[in-house]
Amino acid sequence: MVVAGASMAGLRAAEQLRAAGWTGAITLVGEEPHMPYNRPPLSKEVLAGKAAFESLAFRPRASVADVEWRLGTRVVASRLAERTVDLDDGSRLSYDALVVATGMRPRRLSCPGPLAGRHTVRTLADARGLRAELTRPGARVVVVGAGFIGCEVAATAVGLGVAEVTVVDPLPLPMVGPLGELLGHALLRRHEERGVRFALGAGVAGFEGEDRVTGVVLADGTVLPADVVVESVGSLANTEWLDGNGLDLTDGVLTDEQLRVGGRPEVVAVGDVARFPNARYDGVPRRVEHWSIPTDTAKHAAKVLTGAGPAPFAPLPTFWSDQHDFRLQSFGAPALGRDDVRVLDGDPAADVLVGYHHHGRLVGVVALGGPATVSAAARHRAALLQQPALTA
Amino acid sequence: MKVVVDMNKCQDHGQCVFAAPDVFRLDENGRLAYVSDPDDALVDEVEEAADVCPLQAIRIEG
Ligand SMILES: Cc1cc2nc3c(=O)[nH]c(=O)nc-3n(C[C@H](O)[C@H](O)[C@H](O)COP(=O)(O)OP(=O)(O)OC[C@H]3O[C@@H](n4cnc5c(N)ncnc54)[C@H](O)[C@@H]3O)c2cc1C
Repeated sequence: MVVAGASMAGLRAAEQLRAAGWTGAITLVGEEPHMPYNRPPLSKEVLAGKAAFESLAFRPRASVADVEWRLGTRVVASRLAERTVDLDDGSRLSYDALVVATGMRPRRLSCPGPLAGRHTVRTLADARGLRAELTRPGARVVVVGAGFIGCEVAATAVGLGVAEVTVVDPLPLPMVGPLGELLGHALLRRHEERGVRFALGAGVAGFEGEDRVTGVVLADGTVLPADVVVESVGSLANTEWLDGNGLDLTDGVLTDEQLRVGGRPEVVAVGDVARFPNARYDGVPRRVEHWSIPTDTAKHAAKVLTGAGPAPFAPLPTFWSDQHDFRLQSFGAPALGRDDVRVLDGDPAADVLVGYHHHGRLVGVVALGGPATVSAAARHRAALLQQPALTA
Repeated sequence: MKVVVDMNKCQDHGQCVFAAPDVFRLDENGRLAYVSDPDDALVDEVEEAADVCPLQAIRIEG
């Protein structure tokens, strides 16, 4: 068994294979030099200087004590028909089963300007480098992208005492794509009250500066002075090593409803990189970049590889995001119910619980606020689990 | 089996409650409460709860 990618999804795949009864050898190949670690704290506690790296490492289950870790090693090519993968150290591994778990990398802005002073947040090294720059006195920070990670980084920077933090996005509201206008407005107000500035409605056209960035030029001509820029404009799937196998690699690796790749019973994909249909919804394959997905996919894929033949994969997506002193907690698929968004409880100006509906049917619930509201959202989880498939 | 939750780390996500409802629960204020010496028959549930804790705050001993 070869697992390509040794982060959360790769680790969980190995553990779940053991739990499903796979006793054969397992090799995990991972580009990063570290054992698998937890990424969410990178934009929160690690950036804030509140968590040391040692506290981020996952504690592997005892069942994977005998797996072989090939860390600091990349998979560079694969021949699925021959069941082999090539590594950047020149070696070739053959396998009986292959798990694709190579995840994502940050998308970069391609507009003109210097590179120095521009950061992304995906790895431990990224978070360390950005923290060093944010903590320089008087730093002016521009965050490009008002999504998940952009909003978290902006909140953390304000918490660190950075006086000037501006979030730029061509869209009119933060996180409006996945969450819609109601929560977009609520988030905008909360961030502004806590000192984050926004430049919304115009994207980035370029960067100013000679050796290092000094300003961000927007599409409408505005120039925002900047010492540090954070690019959080989405991600790209790490699938180049699968080229040449006739696979659909547009936006991740396409799988069937059992997470199998290319119609092969011995190849599965797990985690952020997998684009899978969810039997709970409409059958359209999607990637889901949420923390719960590596574990959910690994559990299902392990059963598929060990021949347990489970029912089609139908996870209930869930994500959270911690920003300033509040949390967003989501269950289900709010993006599929954006046309019909209703307050279920509370008040958008304070703590609020919001329901997302598709043709009158509840498909997602999102809480914004403190622990009691988040806990109230959890009470809708059972209802979401019981909903029939959208195609039914 | 002994379950230890590092309450300094716990941020009341409640994911453990879904994985092992016999061992973990959230009180009416949304704060975590748990049974520290659950029946050994619940070990699979508790292992799953430890996996899904976003803070990796749950440890199983013995
Ligand atoms: C900063 C940040 C904050 C987040 N916060 C939250 C949050 O608050 N809530 C939430 O729900 N989710 C959050 N997430 C999302 C969550 O962390 C991801 O969904 C999860 O990490 C995905 O795990 P993965 O193993 O699929 O992919 P990855 O973590 O991307 O792992 C893929 C691994 O494969 C390696 N790799 C890539 N190509 C190769 C190759 N060719 N050969 C060998 N190895 C390779 C990579 O180096 C990497 O280690 C956050 C993510 C980030 C980056």
